[in-house]
Amino acid sequence: MEKTWNNKAWFLVLPVLLLVAFSAAIPLMTVVNYSVQDTFGNNAFFWAGTDWFDDILHSARFWEALQRNLLFSFIILALEIPLGIFIALNMPKKGIGVPVCLVLMALPLLIPWNVVGTIWQVFGRVDIGLLGHTLAALGIDYNYVRDPLDAWITVVVMDVWHWTSLVVLLCYAGLVSIPDAYYQAAKIDGASRWSVFRYIQLPKMKRVLLIAVLLRFMDSFMIYTEPFVVTGGGPGNSTTFLSIDLVKTAVGQFDLGPAAAMSIVYFLIILLLSWIFYTVMTSSDADN
Amino acid sequence: MARAIKYKPAGNFSWLVSTIYIIFLLLPIYWLVNMSFKENAEITGAFSLWPQNPTLRNYMVIFTDPSWYNGYINSIIYVALNTTISVLAALPAAYAFSRYRFLGDKHLFFWLLTNRMAPPAVFALPFFQLYSAFGLIDTHIAVALAHCLFNVPLAVWILEGFMSGVPKEIDETAYIDGYSFPRFFVKIFMPLIASGIGVAAFFCFMFSWVELLLARTLTTTAAKPISAIMTRTVSASGMDWGVLAAAGVLTIVPGALVIYFVRNYIAKGFALGRV
Repeated sequence: MEKTWNNKAWFLVLPVLLLVAFSAAIPLMTVVNYSVQDTFGNNAFFWAGTDWFDDILHSARFWEALQRNLLFSFIILALEIPLGIFIALNMPKKGIGVPVCLVLMALPLLIPWNVVGTIWQVFGRVDIGLLGHTLAALGIDYNYVRDPLDAWITVVVMDVWHWTSLVVLLCYAGLVSIPDAYYQAAKIDGASRWSVFRYIQLPKMKRVLLIAVLLRFMDSFMIYTEPFVVTGGGPGNSTTFLSIDLVKTAVGQFDLGPAAAMSIVYFLIILLLSWIFYTVMTSSDADN
Repeated sequence: MARAIKYKPAGNFSWLVSTIYIIFLLLPIYWLVNMSFKENAEITGAFSLWPQNPTLRNYMVIFTDPSWYNGYINSIIYVALNTTISVLAALPAAYAFSRYRFLGDKHLFFWLLTNRMAPPAVFALPFFQLYSAFGLIDTHIAVALAHCLFNVPLAVWILEGFMSGVPKEIDETAYIDGYSFPRFFVKIFMPLIASGIGVAAFFCFMFSWVELLLARTLTTTAAKPISAIMTRTVSASGMDWGVLAAAGVLTIVPGALVIYFVRNYIAKGFALGRV
């Protein structure tokens, strides 16, 4: 749509601007302020320069949390995207099955994140959980509280359970927008199942897949509540992701300086990712 | 005969994939519901796939104890406040983005997006201090304002998507007919994008409802959300699993009730109005 140039539109944006400035810009300034100062309590602050950033960027704990988080995001994408496409391709296209599938599949997306954690915490317990109990009965040694690998598997399966539906719904929305004529043409040409997917369905899903990949990457990169409830970051530090580490430092130990410096490094990573997201989205908008 | 060569979505077993996936999704939820109807003795004592002695005791505990049911009331109050604020603020902004170009519009849009993507963990501590300074800690409005951080950008994106679908000629005709901007917006434009407003409100409701970190940080007792209260079921006699399960089931209910109405828009909402 052709848009008119009109700077008075700023008045329409003003409420949003003030609201988001209050809830984002001012807190961020506080963080910047703390990240360059040291305090011994009593509101006495001393200039610390870039000391905290030095500390953070040289602390093994931060890099380990970052690595864990990147590994987690990578596993999540590698599992959820193909699975989501596969399920979307096999969803019914019409009839009573469509609303039933949509509603039931969307259900996990609407559960409060800590309840998701609680559900899996209970579900995986060896004494009272269906999953843990069944695995124990099969003779598999599974204990997410004690074993780091089991904890990882639990957190990953939980995320697949929680968010794969998002990928499914987005892909499904892309698939139903393909006109029947495309399929009819493919049928006449005698196209195989694979070529239909490769040359008709995949190109049409490109845009929604892009959104799915970027959203899943970013949301898994800032995951906090679910692993916090299930494992609390443990055993040891094996499931301590960036957000969990940050909250531990900021609210748990009340180390304002290091926590603020960490927040800024974290936020800059997110800013870079958002920029990639925005650029990719607007260029794909221009393509359409 | 064109109708006869309709393309089949996949092989004959395609329904099996959806079915298996849905069973995988529902099993953990079923287990929670199952537990919520059991006595604690049965939960920890015997392993059973369905309640042997179904009981409503866990739900009674929640509905009769103010410290429990107030959690639901608190959650609903701040979620409703947040949804109202977010949608009202986003409506004119989304109109501006969908109709006009103005100085810095792209930068502003990008800045809004970064807030949707910002990790709440970064904001937990500064929020606590900011709202302490204003004396807003432990009030519903504090949580409602904090959740605007990600809900206002989301509402702007979704509404902008819906508004761009309305032809511009409608605005121009209305202005020629002598409508002022506010009157046009309320009388003509808002009814046209009613479904969009509904979807935006649903997503604000949802993301405010599922968030715990900020809601927990900003409240102590008077405005504590149900999700934070759930973390205190450990008592001297051990874990009260039954009540925990019942409380969890009750937090799933609101989402499950409204999901039917937005089933066709849910992908659009998650995609920030871009499908």
